[in-house]
Amino acid sequence: MATITLDKVRKVYGGSVEAVKGVSIDIADGEFIVLVGPSGCGKSTLLRMMAGLEEITTGEIKIGDRVVNNVDPADRDIAMVFQNYALYPHMSVYNNLAYGLKNRGMAKDEIDRRVKEAARILEIGDYLERKPRALSGGQRQRVAMGRAIVREPAAFLFDEPLSNLDAKLRVQMRVEIKRLQHSLGTTSVYVTHDQLEAMTLADRLVVLSGGNIEQIGAPIEVYDKPASTFVASFIGSPAMNLLKVKADGNGLALATGTGLKGANVKGRDACTIGIRPEHLEVVSGPGEGEGIHLEASVNVLEPVGAESYLYSSFADGGDEILVRVSSHARHEPGEKLYLRAAPENIHYFDADTGRRID
Amino acid sequence: MKKLQISDHIILLLGVFFMVTPVVLAFLTSTHDAITIYKEGIQFTPGGEFLENYETVLFEAGGFTKEVNGFVMLKNSMILGLGFAVGKIVISMLAAYAIVYFRFPMATLCFWVIFSTLLLPLEVRILPSYEIVQSLGMVNTYSGLIVPLIASATGTFFFRQFFMSVPDELLEAARIDGAGPWKFFKDILVPLSQTMIAAIFIIMFVYGWNQYLWPTLITTDESMFTLVRGIKQILQVWVGAQIPDFNEAMALAILAIVPPVLIVVIFQSWFVKGLVESDK
Repeated sequence: MATITLDKVRKVYGGSVEAVKGVSIDIADGEFIVLVGPSGCGKSTLLRMMAGLEEITTGEIKIGDRVVNNVDPADRDIAMVFQNYALYPHMSVYNNLAYGLKNRGMAKDEIDRRVKEAARILEIGDYLERKPRALSGGQRQRVAMGRAIVREPAAFLFDEPLSNLDAKLRVQMRVEIKRLQHSLGTTSVYVTHDQLEAMTLADRLVVLSGGNIEQIGAPIEVYDKPASTFVASFIGSPAMNLLKVKADGNGLALATGTGLKGANVKGRDACTIGIRPEHLEVVSGPGEGEGIHLEASVNVLEPVGAESYLYSSFADGGDEILVRVSSHARHEPGEKLYLRAAPENIHYFDADTGRRID
Repeated sequence: MKKLQISDHIILLLGVFFMVTPVVLAFLTSTHDAITIYKEGIQFTPGGEFLENYETVLFEAGGFTKEVNGFVMLKNSMILGLGFAVGKIVISMLAAYAIVYFRFPMATLCFWVIFSTLLLPLEVRILPSYEIVQSLGMVNTYSGLIVPLIASATGTFFFRQFFMSVPDELLEAARIDGAGPWKFFKDILVPLSQTMIAAIFIIMFVYGWNQYLWPTLITTDESMFTLVRGIKQILQVWVGAQIPDFNEAMALAILAIVPPVLIVVIFQSWFVKGLVESDK
C-alpha cells in the first residue's frame, strides 16, 4: 500500500506528438482514482507510465517515497489488469496466478497459500486447473484480477478491465471491483472511457482531455460543479444541454435571437450556459417561477423505462435541447413546451475558454 | 448436391490413384528378385523376396568400399533431417524473436535482408558455401552437412508473422510478472508457438530428408551417405555383366519414404489441433 505522486508528467511520442501534457496528481494511500476521458485523451498512456510500460518523457512519478521513473515494471510493486485480460493461454488458472510469484522466487507453500486465498476471494477455486480458453469472459476477468491480488502489491492499475464484458456482467463486476478494493484497501488507479463506471467506482475522478487534466474531484463534486464545458458534457448521462448565449437588453439571448427570461449574464457579453436534462422542468405557462425560462417544441419522445427523454428544439431552429420527464408524461411531437431551470441548477461557462464562471 | 459429391469423390480417387500407384508399384517390385525385374519389368503382384531384399539393403554392406549399408544411410538421413529441422526452428525462432521484440537499429532492414535470401537458394551459392565448409574442414561431418543449411528465411518469416500476432499485453503482463526477455521467450512464446513449431518441423524435416545436392557435394566418405543419395549409388555398382539391383533400389526407395511419412502422420494431428485452438 502506498501513495502515488505524479509531478508534471509529460509524454511525447516521436519528438512531436504530446500525448500527456504535464499532469500532476497526488493519490492518497488506499484511494480509488478513476482516470476518465474520451479515447486519445492520454489516460491509458498515463496509466502505462505508472506501470513502467511507457517511458516518462519529463516529470516524475513516485510510488510511496520512491521515484520510479527508471524502475523496471516488475520492481515497482504494482499489479495491472488489462482490458483483454492478457492471461497466459497455455497455463492453467493456477499457474497464471502463480507465475509472477514464481518469478520472484517465492517459496512454494507461500505461493500456494496466496493463490488459494485469491481464488477464495474471487470464487474461482473450482477452475484452478482449467485453461483460460475454457472460461467465460467474467471468469477470465476474475482470473486477471486474481493475478493482481496474489501479488499483494502497493497499487492496482486497471486498464479498462470491463469493456470486453457484456452489459449485465459489467455492472456485476463493477460492484465486485469496488467491494474488493474497499476490503483490500489497496491504492487503485482505474482507466475508463465510460463515465458511469467512473462515477460509480471513484473516490476521486480525474477527467482528462487532450492530455490535460480538466478536473479532479469526487464524482458528485464533478457532477455538481463541472469545471468546463468539456467536463459538463462528458460527465452525466444524457449529457448536459449547452447553449451559447449573448447579452441583450433584458438578459440573455440564444445565438438565434430567442430571448431567455430570468437569466443574468454575470457582467459578460456572451457565455455558454449549461442545464442538465434532469434539471429542466416542464411548467404550465411562460414566466412561472424563478430561473431561466425557455419555450421549445417537442421533436421526439424517447421512453427508457424509468424515465423518458424529450428531444425538443426552439421555435427558430438552432440548438436541440434534451429534457428528462417522468415515464408517465405524455407529449406529442410538435407540442409546445414551457421549460424552467432553477437558478442553482444553471451552469455558466466562458464563451471562449469553456471554463466555469462562478 | 449428391451428384456433385460423387464427382468430387471421383476426382479425389483419381488424385489418390495417380499419387499412390507409383509407390505401390515400387513396393510390389521391391519384393521380387533382380532377375525377374530385369526380365519382366515392373511387377504388379507381391513377390516372395520381401524379407531378403529389405534385409540386404538394410544390413549388407554395399558400395565401392563395402562399408555402408542401408541402416547407416537411414541413420545419416535421420540425423540430417532432424538436425536440419531442429536447427532451422531454433535459428529462425531466435531471429524472429530479436526482430519482433527488440528495438535495434535497422531491425526492419535486417528482416528484409534475411527475407531476400529467399531469392538465393543453395544452388546459387553452392560454390562459395562448399569452399567455406571445405576450408573449415567440415567435409564429411554431420555439422558440415547440417549447419550451412539451417539459416531459414521462410522459418524466420513464419515466426515473425506469428509473434506479431501475439497480443502486446501478454508481453506487458509478463514484464509486470517479472519475466525477463529469456523467461518470456521460454515460458510464454515457445509454448504458444507449439503448433507453429510442429508445422515448420514437418515441412523442414521432409525438406531436409530430401536434400540431394548438398549431401552429394559434402559427403565423399560412403559412411556419411544419406539414403536419398545412396539409392543412386546402388544402381551405379554395375560391374561387368552383373544385373543391376533394381529390387534393392526399390526397397531403398520405399525405406526412404517411410520416415517422412511417419513424421507427417504423427505431427499432423498436432498440427490440426493447433489450427483449431486458435486463441492466443
